[in-house]
Amino acid sequence: MRLSSVRLTGVERIAGPIIVVRRVADMALGEEVEVVGPADRRHGRVLEVTEDLAVIQVYEGTFVLEAGATTIEPSGEPFRLGVSVSMLGRALDGRGRPIDDGPPIIADELADVAGAPMNPAARDNPVDFIETGITAIDMLASLVRGQKLPIFTGAGLPANDLAARIAVGSRLIGDERFVTVFCAMGVTRREADEFRDAFASSASIERIAVFLNLADDPAIERLLAPRCALTLGEHLAFDLGLDVLAVMTDVLAYGEALRELSTAREEIPGRRGYPGYLYTDLATLFERAGRLRGRRGSLTVVPVVSMPDDDITHPIPDLTGYITEGQIVLARDLHGRGVEPPIDVLLCLSRVMNAGIGAGRTREEHRVVADQLYASYARGRELRRLVTVVGEAALSPAEHRILAFADAFEDAFVGQGPARRTLDESFDAAWAVLRTLPRSELRRLPQEVLDARYPETRP
Amino acid sequence: MTTAIAPPGKGRVVRAAGSVVRAAGLAPAIGEVVLVGERGLLGEVIRLEADVATIQVYEETAGLRIGDPVTATGRPLVAWLGPGHLGATFDGLERPLDRLAAAGAVHLAAGRAGDASAIDVDRPVGLDLDRRWAFVPSHSPGDRVGPGDVLGEVRDGPIRHRILVPPDVGPGTVRDIAPADATVETQVGLLALDDGSTVPVRLAHAWPVRRPRPVVRRLAVERPLVTGQRVLDMLFPVAEGGTAVIPGGFGTGKTVVEQALARWSDADVVVYVGCGERGNEMAELLATFPALADPRTGGPLLARTVLIANTSNMPVAAREASVQVGMTIAEYFRDQGLRVALLADSTSRWAEALREIGGRLEELPGEEGYPAYLGSRLAAFYERAGRAVAVGGPERTGSVTLVAAVSPPGGDFSEPVTQASLRLGGTLWALQTDLAHARHFPAIGWTQSYSLYLDALGPWYAANVDRDWATLRATAIELLARERVLLDVVALVGADAIPDGDKVVLEVARLVREAFLQQHAFDPRDASRPPRVQVALLRAVLAAEGGLGRAIEGGATLEAALAAPVLEELARAKTWTGEDVVVRLADLERRVGQLTAATAVDTTESTGPGAEP
Repeated sequence: MRLSSVRLTGVERIAGPIIVVRRVADMALGEEVEVVGPADRRHGRVLEVTEDLAVIQVYEGTFVLEAGATTIEPSGEPFRLGVSVSMLGRALDGRGRPIDDGPPIIADELADVAGAPMNPAARDNPVDFIETGITAIDMLASLVRGQKLPIFTGAGLPANDLAARIAVGSRLIGDERFVTVFCAMGVTRREADEFRDAFASSASIERIAVFLNLADDPAIERLLAPRCALTLGEHLAFDLGLDVLAVMTDVLAYGEALRELSTAREEIPGRRGYPGYLYTDLATLFERAGRLRGRRGSLTVVPVVSMPDDDITHPIPDLTGYITEGQIVLARDLHGRGVEPPIDVLLCLSRVMNAGIGAGRTREEHRVVADQLYASYARGRELRRLVTVVGEAALSPAEHRILAFADAFEDAFVGQGPARRTLDESFDAAWAVLRTLPRSELRRLPQEVLDARYPETRP
Repeated sequence: MTTAIAPPGKGRVVRAAGSVVRAAGLAPAIGEVVLVGERGLLGEVIRLEADVATIQVYEETAGLRIGDPVTATGRPLVAWLGPGHLGATFDGLERPLDRLAAAGAVHLAAGRAGDASAIDVDRPVGLDLDRRWAFVPSHSPGDRVGPGDVLGEVRDGPIRHRILVPPDVGPGTVRDIAPADATVETQVGLLALDDGSTVPVRLAHAWPVRRPRPVVRRLAVERPLVTGQRVLDMLFPVAEGGTAVIPGGFGTGKTVVEQALARWSDADVVVYVGCGERGNEMAELLATFPALADPRTGGPLLARTVLIANTSNMPVAAREASVQVGMTIAEYFRDQGLRVALLADSTSRWAEALREIGGRLEELPGEEGYPAYLGSRLAAFYERAGRAVAVGGPERTGSVTLVAAVSPPGGDFSEPVTQASLRLGGTLWALQTDLAHARHFPAIGWTQSYSLYLDALGPWYAANVDRDWATLRATAIELLARERVLLDVVALVGADAIPDGDKVVLEVARLVREAFLQQHAFDPRDASRPPRVQVALLRAVLAAEGGLGRAIEGGATLEAALAAPVLEELARAKTWTGEDVVVRLADLERRVGQLTAATAVDTTESTGPGAEP
């Protein structure tokens, strides 16, 4: 698709990932270019044009490029990804090129990876419950088809493992499983391998397309990789009618790449050096999740976000939380106690849960059971704090029961271990821990629910 | 191409980066709308230097080239005002998203080239150009009319939509006017102005979005915007025509509060601006509103609602346009004599757009990178709210109540947008992360929040709700303040170490929080309650202090007194419904207040499953 055979040789400045070139032909904003150095061909995107100069970001970085020996070849158009269903089962780099031993990919069509904003009035309201197989999520922060629900994690916590379990285990009740688009952004090879192993062991490898931009891959390409992954996701979802789960890890590394580029452009920094447009930029990724009215497929996005020093107010998790529809939060103390997966349900939220649960979707009593679990567990956590001050002896028998409930909740309800649980099994786990409390303490549960699930005999 | 001389009124792009474009060869005015590039992207001139105009472009700029044409339009950014807004959904530039979706535009393309989403600056394309309205004139040829006068009306869902002389037109004489089956563009009459010119009368007219629509005079506030939310109506009311600020970290429920106001507030018209927020939230509103009834008219809720959806992934410059377009539409309905609520979620995203554009202009930043004019821009916006007598006759009084959500980074209220908003807002509804984590919803904190309208609204509450409202409110606030002090003590010495009187305070404060302040937005019985029911419930809850105190004085243990069945009733009273609910709550208040040692339940004798072995 080369429209231009022009080669620009007037490189003015090379700094970090930025090349400034004297324009001798017109280049369009956002246009894809090739950067030809003495040893290799690299790729870039036009960020700014003036009458004399063009500013280009180079995805692979500018290391060893020389101003005198570098030429720029404009392509005449923005970067388009050749998308195809045959990308499922394949490993691709951050630009969507195969890096496994498989055959070349024949594209169904070429799609501009920037995407276009979805018309809000053409969206379908997310209402279909996704059974992830993770009890804490399914019962208390349900994932819904077309939602964007990030996993907030800290260094050393098993977020990728959880993401892989969600990707492998997710299904609509009584329906096909999801296909997955996995995008590694700046994670280590070890983490990426773990993710692939999780897939290989569940024999799901043919249902996943893997985009890899690893920690030692070019940082600026990290800005492209998730856009490629989401573009494929949109194609599979909205053109082919599949239910797609996009797992992207780690958004922190993506944000840092954006900061690197912004700094190189000498832009005015916002909080912690991140550019002021970080929110908008992240939104152009996450907002691609959704469903369209009158179309079958869906794109559900599960980003993994590291919180530096477990700080949820750090700009990346903070702005992610403002964009996404809730969050799943992993906790270090639960992990330390061996609770697997270590989900702190008090910090978790799914904003669209209410539309996805209840009669006809999950169970009629889902909401009240969730409220009761949450309330009793929150009270147990509060009492734990109190115990550290006044000692256990100062608690009433009822309070002791709540403390024991909180332990059982973490160990048996949240801590499901490696097994996948169906929704019925998750409800069973819920009732098993609720029955450790007397009926009279389950004030959020209506009488008829208690009568059906917790008859008046002592447990 | 780059050296081509631009024709008159035409310029060319000389620089482009992100949403900021510079063009040479134009002689535009600041604020003039220009069309940029071959696709005619909508932009606005924000700076002039010698021959170069700086333009913020409201649409995606990818693909622009140096030398691309830039066309001046000779007019500022306008909103088209006329029948057809109610029930419809627009983007930040007043493009009709719902009709575009119906025409198959599932994604939004930029520009006006060959696309249904084209913006025509000269025609009210945001309003449905084909829809016909039965225009009934209220004037005859020969009548004298002035700016803002009502010329006639059409029926627009639940409201009588008055057709006004634009506030900047007139005075003059009606030369021609007649009933008509008209579109928004049809000429239904003609005005002969005193300066000798003539102006056609159409159902729609354009108004610059950055220019507040004039009023005859501002009026003091005198009644609240009734929201149906107990914590708002009883503790921190916002006046009709006032302003309220809702800051809150993510997950604290800003959007749930805004949506509750959109559903339940007693405004005639609700303009809901989703500025830089989630597309799925708009989808949810569109999915749920048609099925909900307007609390005032019983008609569909959507019929009183104007939705403006500028989602977070849309081009950033349009965010500012979206709040200004929303405000202009709100003022227009105010000028018809209606009570309008403008719900803006979130003004932080708009401020961030200012910051981003400011950065691209290489302006010296103020605090946290925001431009130095952040405060004055916010002030100009907030001050457009208010109650006022509209220009023109017959006399009409209308109001715009502004409720602005703020999204402070990290939930830290010391950041510039929150602080600038607090200087401007009359009511603060402070959403607190700890309350949200404790699932206390709405998570509006009672120590930080305030309302500056209490004195102004006191007479209305006394006359319409309860003559003791101010006292009851003060009692509740004081009780919650005492709880806070006592909880600090309890955390140090344990609950057993404080006297019985203080334990009663803790229990009653807990009742205030759980039985009164917490309100379930998704429970149809509890989602919205009229003020008379709210105050009756508050009275019943506060009566517990006297009742529990008496029971303990009479020799009952606190535990026994708390087990009285009447308190169990109280805990569930917020879901009571029915015609006689106020009477039943009054009876409950009496019974709670008459708790004695005799009514306390001796828990040691209970044999229920909750009893101790």
